[in-house]
Amino acid sequence: MKKMLLLGAACLLSIGAGAAHSSKRTANAVERGHALFEYHCASCHGPGIGNPGHPWRTGTEALQVKYRGELPALLAERKDLTPETVAYFVRNGVSIMAPYRKTEISDADLAALGAYLSRNNPDFAKK
Amino acid sequence: MTTPSDVTPTQWQSALTAFRNAVGAQWVFSSDEDAGLYRDAYSPYWNEPEERMPSAAVAPASVEEVQAVVRIANQFGIPLYPISTGKNLGYGGSAPTMSGSVVVDLKRMNKIIEVNDKRNYAIVEPGVSYFDLYDYIKERKLKVWIDVPDPGWGGVMGNALDRGVGHTWYLYRDHFWSHCGMEVVLPNGEVMRTGMGAMPGSNAWGDFRSNFGPYVDGLFSQAGFGIVTKMGFHLMPEPEHFLHKKIYPPRREDIIPLVDVANELEDQGMIGMALYESPMFSAQFQDPALRAIGLAPDVWNGNAINRYAAEKGVAPWELGVSFYGPEAVNEAKWQYAKSRFQKAIPGVRFEDYESLRFPLTAEQEDAVKHKVLVGVPNMNVFTLSARNRTNPEPADGHLLFSPTFARSGEELLRAQRIFTEGMRDMKVDYPMAYGPFSAPFTWNFRAFVLATGMPTSRSNPEVNKLSRETMEKLITLGAQHGYGEYRTPPAFQDQVMSTYNFNNNILRTFCETLKDAVDPRGIIAPGRGGFWPRTYRKGA
Repeated sequence: MKKMLLLGAACLLSIGAGAAHSSKRTANAVERGHALFEYHCASCHGPGIGNPGHPWRTGTEALQVKYRGELPALLAERKDLTPETVAYFVRNGVSIMAPYRKTEISDADLAALGAYLSRNNPDFAKK
Repeated sequence: MTTPSDVTPTQWQSALTAFRNAVGAQWVFSSDEDAGLYRDAYSPYWNEPEERMPSAAVAPASVEEVQAVVRIANQFGIPLYPISTGKNLGYGGSAPTMSGSVVVDLKRMNKIIEVNDKRNYAIVEPGVSYFDLYDYIKERKLKVWIDVPDPGWGGVMGNALDRGVGHTWYLYRDHFWSHCGMEVVLPNGEVMRTGMGAMPGSNAWGDFRSNFGPYVDGLFSQAGFGIVTKMGFHLMPEPEHFLHKKIYPPRREDIIPLVDVANELEDQGMIGMALYESPMFSAQFQDPALRAIGLAPDVWNGNAINRYAAEKGVAPWELGVSFYGPEAVNEAKWQYAKSRFQKAIPGVRFEDYESLRFPLTAEQEDAVKHKVLVGVPNMNVFTLSARNRTNPEPADGHLLFSPTFARSGEELLRAQRIFTEGMRDMKVDYPMAYGPFSAPFTWNFRAFVLATGMPTSRSNPEVNKLSRETMEKLITLGAQHGYGEYRTPPAFQDQVMSTYNFNNNILRTFCETLKDAVDPRGIIAPGRGGFWPRTYRKGA
């Protein structure tokens, strides 16, 4: 019985250590993804002013018109994005946004970008 | 994906293996999924047999790796197509001119080798974007500006090599002509440098364009004579102040003196890029009466436009003039310019638009109205074609038609009518279709470009078919009147080159003669620029 308890404690410790490591890794990915978002995406999808007569940047304005307030126009404020959704749009493009090649955004960078943009998604956070 | 013609499956596999050995397996993209990322997202042939498809892509990280790639291509007869950042959307994107080519993706070669803010130049590699160069300069607080095209994500070198353009001073906004020396991997794998870079020991690569002897740099723009791996560019010293004023003439025919005075001011170095627009362009979509005036067959006499302008206070033309320099000097230049316009155009109106002192804070920079006029890279031009309040169902992309002609008001009025009536004869209409309110661009200083864009679709081939047919007809129509494209997507390069046909197409024949001598196997960008190596030349 004692052995089983010890084993159980060891498992808990192990799971705890894994969770801590995983959490740190996720945090790093989110941080890195944030930097990548600023570099690759924010010029269209960040906050800011567009051309004269356009109060928002291009991608933000496009999503504002598309969702009419039902979803946030700023990608960084979305709570429904998953890494898979992000990967789909980056690799396939949409509307006038062309896809990104792997020399621009590598698969590893794409995963980090997905981690950042899905950080507010409760379903993704559970995973 | 399509593999190169005249290459056996065994040779193809051997070439891919050699490429992997040269640059590392992870930098050779041969799966359909990976190579598919090099398709032109704005292709007018999307998913049709004529779409220009890459066979694979290879991404070298150094000039030595580029040399190795070129030598392998020579060994196996593999056509290559170099790109820098691959953002030439509207003019071909990252797809090759000839299907089956291996794209040489130079994005990994992204070093900024030098920015000098005492002698005002930069030397960069192909993967450096306008955003990258701008950030580099800002982070180091260097006192120079870059000249940027509308979308800032493009490559400094790639834009210049396609003879792309920007928006500031005439010395800087024609990006090819503002370059200063280059390094090129020739089709035999040798490295050549031009300008002062050709002299070992010279420190003037970024200063003096010309080497002794023939000036060969032009051979590497809109053409496949080598893979350019470094370029110098002249930069503008950061001015103390920027002043932008708007000028509104009251009558349609005032475009003639308006252009004459703007030419006089710009050609003696008084103003930056003359920014022509027509307030009636957007107004016609708000007022059906103005739209009807624009569509009437007798609009060309100008009477209805002039009446509308007088009644509604909407000018038929707008000219923006930019001044760069000390604030007092800018103001003095403006007073002189104002007097010249007042003398030439009775009833002309003026408007203050923007006055900026540098350096700007981040907040001030975001609030700049027309950022490209002050060398700030951004992506705001896509607001014209992305989803927005006035364009809720946008196209997936566009083809750009860019006819170039003499910089005069008379020629502009003539060109407007020719292209407008031509498009109406074709029974096509787009939001940006030609009309009496189309305004010229002066990106290429000393010339007008009356550009328009036609939609492309990744789901509706009929949209693409109509745009292709329209483009072909417009190229033909323009050439009949002496209007030539300065730049065009791969699908139209043969046609455009055939319009520069003085003396039985001797320009193309000369390029082919050079191509056969310099690149006998025809491996570098065959077809780029509308001429072909013997290997692929029809009838050769």
